This record gives sequence, structure tokens and C-alpha cells, in this order.
Amino acid sequence: MNKQLLLGAEAIAQAALDAGISGVYAYPGTPSTEITEYIQKSPQAKGSNVRSAWATNEKTAYEAALGMSYAGKRSLVCMKHVGLNVAADAFMNSSITGIHGGLVLVVADDPSMHSSQNEQDSRVYGKFAMIPVLEPANQQETYRITRHAFDLSEQTGLPVLLRIPTRLSHSRAVVTRSEPREQNRLTPSEEKGKWILLPANARRNYQQLLQKQQTLVSLSESSPYNGVTEGEGKRAVIAFGIGYNYTMEVISTYRLNMPVLKISQYPLPEKTLNEFADKYEEILIVEEGYPVYEELMRGYFGNDKIQGRLNGALPRTGELSPNLLEKALGVTTKEPNNIPPIVAPRPPMLCQGCSHRDLFDAINLAMEAYPQKQVFGDIGCYTLGALPPYSTISTCVDMGASITMAKGAADAGMKPAVCVIGDSTFTHSGMTGLLDAVNDQSPITVIISDNDTTAMTGGQDSAGTGRFFDLCKGIGVEEDHIRLMVPLKKNLDENVEILKEEFDYNGVSVIISQRECVQTLGKKICKKTSL
Amino acid sequence: MQKNIIIAGVGGQGILTIASIVDLAAMNLGLHVKQAEVHGMSQRGGAVESHLRISTEEIYSDLIPLGKADLILSIEPMESLRYLPFLSTEGVIVTSTEPYENIDNYPDEKELLNNIRESAASLLVEAKSIAREAGSPKTYNVAMLGAAAPHIGIDAEELEKAIRMFFARKGEAIVTTNLKAFRLGKDKSIETR
Repeated sequence: MNKQLLLGAEAIAQAALDAGISGVYAYPGTPSTEITEYIQKSPQAKGSNVRSAWATNEKTAYEAALGMSYAGKRSLVCMKHVGLNVAADAFMNSSITGIHGGLVLVVADDPSMHSSQNEQDSRVYGKFAMIPVLEPANQQETYRITRHAFDLSEQTGLPVLLRIPTRLSHSRAVVTRSEPREQNRLTPSEEKGKWILLPANARRNYQQLLQKQQTLVSLSESSPYNGVTEGEGKRAVIAFGIGYNYTMEVISTYRLNMPVLKISQYPLPEKTLNEFADKYEEILIVEEGYPVYEELMRGYFGNDKIQGRLNGALPRTGELSPNLLEKALGVTTKEPNNIPPIVAPRPPMLCQGCSHRDLFDAINLAMEAYPQKQVFGDIGCYTLGALPPYSTISTCVDMGASITMAKGAADAGMKPAVCVIGDSTFTHSGMTGLLDAVNDQSPITVIISDNDTTAMTGGQDSAGTGRFFDLCKGIGVEEDHIRLMVPLKKNLDENVEILKEEFDYNGVSVIISQRECVQTLGKKICKKTSL
Repeated sequence: MQKNIIIAGVGGQGILTIASIVDLAAMNLGLHVKQAEVHGMSQRGGAVESHLRISTEEIYSDLIPLGKADLILSIEPMESLRYLPFLSTEGVIVTSTEPYENIDNYPDEKELLNNIRESAASLLVEAKSIAREAGSPKTYNVAMLGAAAPHIGIDAEELEKAIRMFFARKGEAIVTTNLKAFRLGKDKSIETR
């Protein structure tokens, strides 16, 4: 069938469409966003009514995907690694209920933290939930393994976790598709005991999940995605997912004759693994992310033949690279050139004309009057307000934490307790924290920097656009203390006054600082003029 | 045949257009392609690069190993040097000369250009004037692709075919302007050899 040049993320999207999904559920997050965007733009998806609008957060996305599965249809749910923390409640319990229509969870991990707060390894979640995990090595395999994931999900009655790292998600290669499959028919589940996790049912379901584990191992043994590349010598490599690419890059470039066991389907294929490991004296474990399986193979009492991230053969943190594998496999290469000292760092920054810029100018001026100038921050473009020339933001932890941390600090006596949160982050995880503050009458000022979009990830729809006043009023913030301002240079003095008034108010106040993102505005203008 | 190319620039300058055209040409020829991109936070005015690999053989790594790039194609002069560790001993730098100054400590321009000349075999291109001559400042990228054309490992004709395909949906006028920029860039490259 036809060949296409696809990002790893797009290969997942195309494969999911060809696997007959009826819907994709997701909240944007680098490096996972492009999966859903591809489906949103796909004529194939439109033609077959695949629903694809953005969800408010990863938890609502996961639950909706589970609901679609309950109804008998196939669903895809995508998120970045930290998003699974938000969806973890639904995720963990869905392995106890099991699924009806095939359900595949794609988690895009971000080793080296290119665009994230941590580099947690989602395979740990897969192990925790005791479900099959798939980890493709390249784009073509990503396509095949995604299609396989839906079959595997229906075959085992479990959700399947598909894990990709940034590098695979954001790298293109030629992908050949296979014949698309029809969507499942609507067949809502009638098995109540399976879905009602009252303790008696949950205990039984949990036993069943445990009983399935041996089947999952057998499926990994026979999986076409796990296998051995023969070689000679006493050293060998066990390479997981994209780790296989870096290993093979070095092996093929330097024509090393070294046996490699590739693993892309978990739980571990025990027999294959044991037979392989017994043959060699030294085994390098190549994992992108945490040394999850290296730790397991090394064991508590140690195993000298196991090498990897835990003994320094590979670095403990960060993304793998061909050069790290060269070193680990003992290939000596010429020292590369250095970066000349004349090259200055060029960190990301807020766009020219960005509304956050004018907001930070106003906050900094308003803060001059107070001895404590800390401002709680959140996740989005405006996190860049932590950097000069603004240096306004003092914290960035997790989605929505700005509001609740401000509340806790206010409870401790910090005055003023001010936080900045984006519009999309507010609806994602900020509203519940605001309700806490209202109920507890904690004196905080929440500034919603509303640019009508989820800007950091490229301008996706934001769940609460146009409704922030009503949302805050509904949560119980007094109407007089829900203030609106337009962050523009000409309004600076007026905005500083609004901020000061609310900083001084001894209760919950919200300031909605509203002006459209210059990037999405630019795109709209571009579209208009080209018509 | 294998070519490893680093395409460099600043987020928002549009290095992915160059990458897409080369991808397309390589795919038309049935070559293996891998092209790693930077999405996310760095796209906001930060340094961005794309690792582009084309080969007659299977390509494993999405990233080019250090010291293995045949070409650094940069649409901003300082950015060309940021990726110097990737360049092979025989590698070439093709860069535009016009700085994109969005930082306070941008280096002295003359010193920067000298540094590039001393670092590797290099071709410095005034892409702005080429783009203007071609009829649109937006063709800056394609002019740079033209200047780098002899080092891509794909015939210029095939690259032109890919340019036509890439811009086809934007209309004939835009195709023509970009082809002109590509050819002017290529001529510049040949002149200065």
C-alpha cells in the first residue's frame, strides 16, 4: 500500500485509524500532541466519523476512551508521560475492569526533558498495572505495533500501553500502510461484575488479572517484535525500544559481530531472555529512560555481568545517542569538534507581542509595593516568565499547582499570595483548587492569563474559552473580585491598579487577563489573506 | 550513499520547509530517510535543528552521530557553529550571513563570520538579497537550499521536482518564485567555488 513520510506520532495516528478506532481522546502535551492533530486533520477520520476534539485533561480523556471501549468500539487515548499521573486513577483501575472494545493508551515520554518537568518512564506504569506494554524502535514498526496493540488489547481483554520517546515521536521516516479495518459495531458491555469495582468484584477481577500474566508472557515470547540478531563473542546487548536503533547504528557502522536481543513487547519474554542471558558473560542493557529492567535483571544482590545505566556503562539520566552506545560498546572514535566559545546560548523566549509579556510587566510593577515578590507559576508558555527580563515566576511544578500552592502559602500567612495560570491549565486542573480556596476563604489572587488557546503545544483549542468569568463565578468567587483586563502597553497603569487592588483584598480574587495568542492570531490573519 | 545533514536555525525561521523538500526528493528516489525535528518549547525563538539522514541502506539512528555530518545547512550564522561537534572532518558548512538577533549577547558579526571560515570548509551566503532578487523574502530558506544543493547528495533536478510538489498547493506563482530562489542560490554556490 501507499508509502508516506510520517513522524512516529503520525504513524501511530494513521495506524489507529487503519485499526478502526471510533475515537481519539487526548490533552495536548509535547511530545504526544501530533498524534491527535493528525487525526483531527485526516480526511479518512472525517469520512468515518472518528471523534477527535481535545479533552479537558488526561483523566477525562482516559475515562472517555474507556467508555467508548465499554460500548464495544476501539478507542485511542494519548498523553505525555506526566499526563499519565493525572490519568493514573482511571488507568490503574481500567486494568482491573479490563476492556471491551480495544483500548490503546499511547504515552510519549520525554527523556532529557526537552519540554517537560521530569523524565519519568511510563513502562513503570505498565508494569504497575500489569498490562501489556509495547515499545517500538522505528516509525514503520510504530505503525505495525499500533495495529497489533488493538488486536492484543481485544485478545487479552486489557488496555495496552504503547510507549514512545520524544525522538521517535518527532522523527520522520517512510511508512508503508496496510489494509484498513472496519470500526467495531456498537455492543455495550452487559457484564456488570466486570465494571462495578465493588470490593467483591474487584478482588475477583484482580485474581483474573494475575492469572492472565502467564498468557501475557507467552504472547511476548511469540511476539514478532521481540527477537535475537545473531552474533559471536562473549558480550551481548539487550536493547529495548528505540535503544535498539542506537545499538544497531553502532553495530552496523563499525561492523561489530555482536548478538542483540531486541525487546519491544512486555512483560519480558522469560524463556527467550533466560536462554539469551545464559550464553554470554557480559550483557549491556540499553533502555531509553529509567533503568527499569536493568535493575530487575541486576537484582538486589547484584549481578556482575549486567551493565548499563546503573554501573556507568551508560549515563544514569538523559536520552541515549549513537555516541553513548559507541562508548558503551567499546568503539573508539575521534574526539568531535568543540562548539566555539563565540556561540551564545539561545534559550526559548516569549514571542514579540505576546500578551504574557505585558502581563508580567504589570505584575512586576504591582509587586514593587510588597516585600514578598514571589508569584506562583504553572505549566505553559508563561513559565518562560521565570526567565529574565521578567523573572516574575517563582514556581512551576505540575498542572494547576499554582493555585493550590498559593492557597497553602496564604494559609501559612504569605501576603500577597499571587499565582499565574494559563486558560487551558486552569480548566485542566486549576478549577478544583480554586474551589478549595473559595471554601476555605484563603486570601489569594489568581491571574488567569487567557490567550484563548493551548499555546505552548502549538495552539490547540482550550476547554474554557470565553467562559472564565462564568466559571469563576460558578465556583463561588465574588463577582466584584473577578476582574477583567487587557494586557496591552497602553493599559499598563490601569492594569497595575487592578492588580494592586486585588492583591490587597483579603479573600479570593480572580483577574482574567485576556488577549489572544499572537501565534494563533497570526495564523488566522495568514488564512484570511490567502483566501 | 549516505548523507547526514544538520539543518539549523532559530525557532520560527522555518527550517522544516528545507527538510520537507529534501525528504520529498529522497522519497521520490526510493531512498531511506530519517528526519528528526524539534517541537515544543524550543520553537519559541530558541535554537532549533533537524537531523536529516538519507541513504541507499537502512538507517537505524534518528540522530546523526557526533563527527558524522556531511553538511551543516544553517539559515542563521551563529547557529551554524552550535552544531560543529556533529560535523565530520570533511564536512561543509553552508550558512546565511544575516544574524537573527533575539538575544542581548549576540557576538560581533565580523568575528562570527571569521570563526565560521576557520572552523570548516564553508560557504557564506547573503540569502536575503537572493530572496529579494527572486521576488519574495519568504524564499530565504529555499535560496539556502539552492546554495547547499551540491552537498545534499541528490541531483538539483530532483530537488526542483520536490520544490514543485511541495509548493504546488500554494499556486504556480509561488512555485516559480521558489524555483527562482533555488536556482539563484545554486548559482551563487557554484560561482564561489
